[in-house]
Amino acid sequence: MIEREILLEKMKTSPYKPMRGKIIQAYMLTEKEKFFRIELENKINLGHEPGQFVMVSLFGYGEAPISICSSPTDKGYFELTVRNVGLLTNALHKLGKGDIVGIRGPFGKGFPIDNMFGYDVMIVAGGLGIVPLRSLIRYIMHNRNDFGNVQILLGCRTPKELLFKDETKEWMKRAEIKLNCTVDRADEEWQGNVGLITTLIPGVDINPARTYCVIVGPPIMYRFVIAEVLKKSIPDHQIIVSLERRMKCGLGKCGHCQIEGVYVCQSGPVFNYAQLKNFKGECHEKAA
Amino acid sequence: MKYAVIKKEDLNKWLEHLKKKARLYAPRKKENLFIFRPVKDISEVCLDYIPTILPPKKYYYPQKEKLFRFKINPFKTSKAIPKFEDYILFGVHTCDIAGIQCMDVVFRENPEDPNYLNRKDKMIIIGLECLKYCDEYANCTSMGNHIPRGGYDLMMVDLGKAFIIHINSEKGEKLVTGLNYIKEAKEEDMLALERVREEKKKIFKEEFNAPLQKVYEAFDKSFNSPLWQEVGKKCVACGNCTAVCPTCYCFDVLDEMELSLNEGLRYRIWNSCQMDDFAKVAGGEDFRKGREARQRHRYYRKFKYPVDKFNRYFCTGCGRCTRTCMAGINLVETVNLLLKEAEK
Repeated sequence: MIEREILLEKMKTSPYKPMRGKIIQAYMLTEKEKFFRIELENKINLGHEPGQFVMVSLFGYGEAPISICSSPTDKGYFELTVRNVGLLTNALHKLGKGDIVGIRGPFGKGFPIDNMFGYDVMIVAGGLGIVPLRSLIRYIMHNRNDFGNVQILLGCRTPKELLFKDETKEWMKRAEIKLNCTVDRADEEWQGNVGLITTLIPGVDINPARTYCVIVGPPIMYRFVIAEVLKKSIPDHQIIVSLERRMKCGLGKCGHCQIEGVYVCQSGPVFNYAQLKNFKGECHEKAA
Repeated sequence: MKYAVIKKEDLNKWLEHLKKKARLYAPRKKENLFIFRPVKDISEVCLDYIPTILPPKKYYYPQKEKLFRFKINPFKTSKAIPKFEDYILFGVHTCDIAGIQCMDVVFRENPEDPNYLNRKDKMIIIGLECLKYCDEYANCTSMGNHIPRGGYDLMMVDLGKAFIIHINSEKGEKLVTGLNYIKEAKEEDMLALERVREEKKKIFKEEFNAPLQKVYEAFDKSFNSPLWQEVGKKCVACGNCTAVCPTCYCFDVLDEMELSLNEGLRYRIWNSCQMDDFAKVAGGEDFRKGREARQRHRYYRKFKYPVDKFNRYFCTGCGRCTRTCMAGINLVETVNLLLKEAEK
């Protein structure tokens, strides 16, 4: 039983009420993805971990879970990258600098950054997967000497869909980070690798026991990438993924995000492969 | 006072008294079925009833619950429900009380749900113990919910000419004290209660072919059982089973605008894991595809997942899902088939 006074206090405030977030920067990254920089009232920090998400509200349209793409080391604001794919995101795309959105969160468990201290990090980003991973990459860059070797494998369908182009170029120039990029289909200007992201994995040089592999991408990508990574003998609990699910509350109540008995919004969205393995059949991302 | 007694001829007097104390909800007949309704006319209250179409969950977890009021420009949110009213649920069966206990566990878990807690705080439950089976669909004995297990303020048991009332809370005690027609129970009443309970043992028998622990183990083994294909083939994905379940609480969130298009309300509305878009994301991927997977999920949310998480079965044994199913999916039958299969 919870103490009555504590209970009464909690009953006064609602976790469903969003905070006011002001868009202070907004621009299109590609044809379909828009970037937003958002400031909370009094410029308070969101206080998130890389890998967490927020529920973005547009009154009259509803709410959707969106990954945070800035690092907690970026102070005074946070950033989101949104693909125009549904009712809410379509309305969100019409907003620009100065407009107000509702923000709840941050929610969920982020990447296990504390556990990753001292380890090498291999990041595999497919398509929109770079969005939550940008948060981790920026965090690592900011605390670079806490980590060992860092390499990023980046993949998307066509060069046009590549997100954070300028930032990626910057990362490529940096000596302390290795970045490899591939596209499924090249265009005339593309000079890099062509092929699925899985083709990059056999060639990477890692010390499996000392490496955390963080994978984020579309649902279809996981089982193939995980299978490749397992061939490298990285331990299960050092293979980290972030899963996308439908969500309505972020509070572990509404039921939409459940994988078997687990609420992704509370226990995830970040999981390790040892956890994934326990699922009996509802986790599409688990390697076959 | 621990036990009180009220003569049956005084029951209506008591109901009038309760009606004055708070908003009173009780079962009454609706065609050939029963429903919980606010009591206007005492004579409509019907205590000889089988589980109502909807459980009383509609009062503490409304189909459409106001979460908050909003204004777009300037951005503002405010309370949607200024004050929650006191209310009495009268004549609630022990299975439905078990349902309320399940909901308590869910909504008290961090992060707590203030809408539910506020409504629960205002609730007074007056239970009514069943002395015979409602019909062939219930499985309350297997779930251990055919006898009272707490979770109520008062519990009435029919002793023939009178009701004996177990007083289980201060709130409850206040409703039976100071009334000259409700008296403290005597030893003979206590003996009568004991006799009634003994008699019940002859009537209520476990409906599953094995104890609950075995049921849990069967579920643990049967995730990929072909039985789910069979259940899925029958299912028409109407969502009736989840709507009538006293422990189903999944919801959707919905905004409704006022005519000004600047102000509106955000609601939460009942949703069902049996709907085909329930686990579909904007990108199109459906994470629980097929009626067999969705039915399996419903069963696992009663007999497996909440046991792992809360050490509590989320089936109360009320039998509503079977009673309401248009496709004839029978819970007791499904569980018994699963038990049989797991034995192999």
